[in-house]
Amino acid sequence: MALRDAVGPYFGDFGGRFVPESLVAALDELDAAYREAAVDPEFQAELAGLHATYTGRPSIITDVPRFAEHAGGARILLKREDLNHTGSHKINNVLGQALLARKLGKTRLIAETGAGQHGVATATAAALFGMECVVYMGEVDTERQALNVARMRLLGAEVVAVKTGSRTLKDAINDALRDWVASVETTHYVLGTVAGPHPFPTMVRDFHKIIGEEARQQVLDLTGALPDIVTACIGGGSNAMGIFDAFLDDEGVELYGFEAGGEGIETGRHASSITLGRTGVLQGARSYLMQDEDGQTVESHSISAGLDYPAVGPEHAWLASIGRATYEPVTDVEAMEAFRLLTRTEGIIPAIESSHALAGALRLGRDRGPGTTILVSLSGRGDKDVATASRYFGILDEGASQL
Amino acid sequence: MTLEFTPDTRPSKVSSAIRARKDAGSGAVIGYLPAGFPDLSTSIDAAVTLATNGIDVIELGLPYSDPVMDGPVIQAATQKALAGGFRVRQVFEAVREITSQTSVPVVVMTYWNPVTQFGAQRFADALAEAGGAGLITPDLIPDEASEWIEAATNADLDRVFLAAPSSSEARLRQAVAASRGFVYTVSTMGITGARADVDAAAATLVGRLREVGVENACVGLGISTAQQVREVLEYADGAIIGSAFVRALSDGGTARLAEVAADLASGAKVS
Repeated sequence: MALRDAVGPYFGDFGGRFVPESLVAALDELDAAYREAAVDPEFQAELAGLHATYTGRPSIITDVPRFAEHAGGARILLKREDLNHTGSHKINNVLGQALLARKLGKTRLIAETGAGQHGVATATAAALFGMECVVYMGEVDTERQALNVARMRLLGAEVVAVKTGSRTLKDAINDALRDWVASVETTHYVLGTVAGPHPFPTMVRDFHKIIGEEARQQVLDLTGALPDIVTACIGGGSNAMGIFDAFLDDEGVELYGFEAGGEGIETGRHASSITLGRTGVLQGARSYLMQDEDGQTVESHSISAGLDYPAVGPEHAWLASIGRATYEPVTDVEAMEAFRLLTRTEGIIPAIESSHALAGALRLGRDRGPGTTILVSLSGRGDKDVATASRYFGILDEGASQL
Repeated sequence: MTLEFTPDTRPSKVSSAIRARKDAGSGAVIGYLPAGFPDLSTSIDAAVTLATNGIDVIELGLPYSDPVMDGPVIQAATQKALAGGFRVRQVFEAVREITSQTSVPVVVMTYWNPVTQFGAQRFADALAEAGGAGLITPDLIPDEASEWIEAATNADLDRVFLAAPSSSEARLRQAVAASRGFVYTVSTMGITGARADVDAAAATLVGRLREVGVENACVGLGISTAQQVREVLEYADGAIIGSAFVRALSDGGTARLAEVAADLASGAKVS
C-alpha cells in the first residue's frame, strides 16, 4: 500500500481515539462529514476558491543562494507558506475546518494555540464566516506572543489565558477539549495540528497536503527533478505532514523533521518528543510523548512557542518507527542562528518555528555538499517573533521593552 | 463501528454493594476523592471517612498531569497531589490501607496513560492484590480497551466505562457489554463540578441504558446535595459525588468531609 493512502484512525501502532465518551458522537459526525467533503466537488471547489482568492495560493518557492552558501553549497528552496494570509500555513487547515463546521451547522469555533498563528487563523475564519470564536492559549504564550493575542482580539475572538500546568500549548489543548466536551452541540473544535483523536490527524494533514503537492510540482518545474531532501520543523507536525505527504512514496526523497531541541536534549529542557519520547497516550492519540516513568507528561521547552509541545502527531510517530522520515533536534541557539542568517542573506524574516527547519537544512547541506537540493517548508513569517528575536539578539534600545 | 464484548458475569464487589442498597429500597452513593490529596495519609483517612459516613463505593482518583474530564476543583486537587510528589505506585498503597480499614469496595478512576505506562496487566494485578475492585477510565472508550478488558478479566476486576447523553444506542449497548460493576452515566455534556441542577438528560440516559439491559447505571457529574442524591436515586442505581467531597476536604479536612458525606448519604436513606 502506498504510504500516502494511510487514512487513520491508526498509523501503525499510533493514533486512535482516547477521548471521553461525550466526544465520540461529535468525532463520528466530524469523520463522516469530512469523508463526504473530501470527495464532494462542491466543497473542494469552495475551498480551492478561498485558497485562490483569500489565502493567496499557490504559494511560491524561493531559491535562496546567499543563504545556501552557508550550507555547503547545497541548493536550498523555500516553500513560502509565510506568504499566506495571516502569515503561516495554518490558514490552509482552518479554512477547511471552518467550511466543515458551517456544513455541520455549528456556530462557534474554538481553538488552542501556542505561538498564536493557529489562533489568528481561526479568529480570521470566524470573522470571515460570522462565527463566534474562543481561543485557548497558555498564559506563558500570551506573554511571549502578545502581538498575536492583540490580532485575535481585533478579529473579534475571545482569548482565554490558560493558567494550569505548564501554561503552554499542551494545557491550552486540555482546556479546549474541556470546552468542547461541554459545548459540542454548537461548537466545532478547530484542532490546529495533526495530533488529537481521529479524524483530526488525517483531516488536518489532508487540508495541508496542498503544501507538498504544490511544492513537488514547483520543484520539478524549476529543477527538472525531485528534491533530494524535504525538511520541516516539527511541533505537533502539521506543516511537516503537509509538505511530506506528497513525497511519502518517492523513495529517493529523504524526509527530515526538525524538533525543538531547546537548550539541548541533554538538559531536559527541550520539546524533542520523537527523539527522546516514549510511546504513550495524550490528548486523544497514542504517539511519542515526553513523559516520566509514571506516564505524567513532562513539561517541554522551546524558544518557539509553536514547537513547545510534549507530543507529536501519530503519523509522524509512525513514519519515524518505520524509518521513512528522520527526526532530529535543533537547539534554540542553532534555530536563532538560522533565523539571523536567512534574515540577513535573503531579506526574509522567518518564524522561529521555521528557523528550526532552516537550521536543519544548513546541517544537512554541510553534510551532503554541492549538488544536493533541499526543499524547506518555511511554515510562517517572523513578524510575531520580532520581540523575542530582538531580545535574543540584544538589539532593543533602552526603553523599547514594550515592543 | 461498535465492537462485540463478552460480558463478565462473575460476581463483582461493586455490583454487590449497589445491589445491597437497591434491595434495601434505595440506591448506592459513590464518593470520589483523589489519592495523595492533600497528602497520601490524609487521602487514605478521607476515603475511610467516606466509608464510615454512609458512602457505599469509593472512587479513588489517580492524579494525572492532563485530566481532560476534570473541572477546576478536582484538577486543582490532583495537581496539588502531583506537586506534592505523588507517584502512581502509591495508589496501590492507598487502596491497600483503605480496604484494610473498611469493607467498602474501592475503584480507581484513572486516565489511560499512567496505566499503559505501568503495564495494563501489571496494573490490574497490583490493584487486585491491594484489594481494589476495579477501574473507571474516563478517556478509554471500549473501542480502545481490549488490552484493559483482558487484563481486568484476568485479575477479576470491574471495568467501568462511560455513557454520555450523546452516545448512540449502539454505543450504549457497547458500554453495557464492556462494563462490569456499573456504567458511569454522564449526567450532562460537560466536565466534573457541582451544578445547581443535575441535568434532566441523566434520567433520559438511564432510561436508554435500561432499554439496552444495563445492570447498574450510576449517575455522575454535578451532584452536590442530598436532595440531588434523592432525585437521582429515583431513577438510577447509584449517585456519584466528586467535587463536593473534594471541596469539603479542601476547606475543612476530614471533619468537614465527614459532615458533608453524612449529609449527602442521607439522600439515599429510605424514608
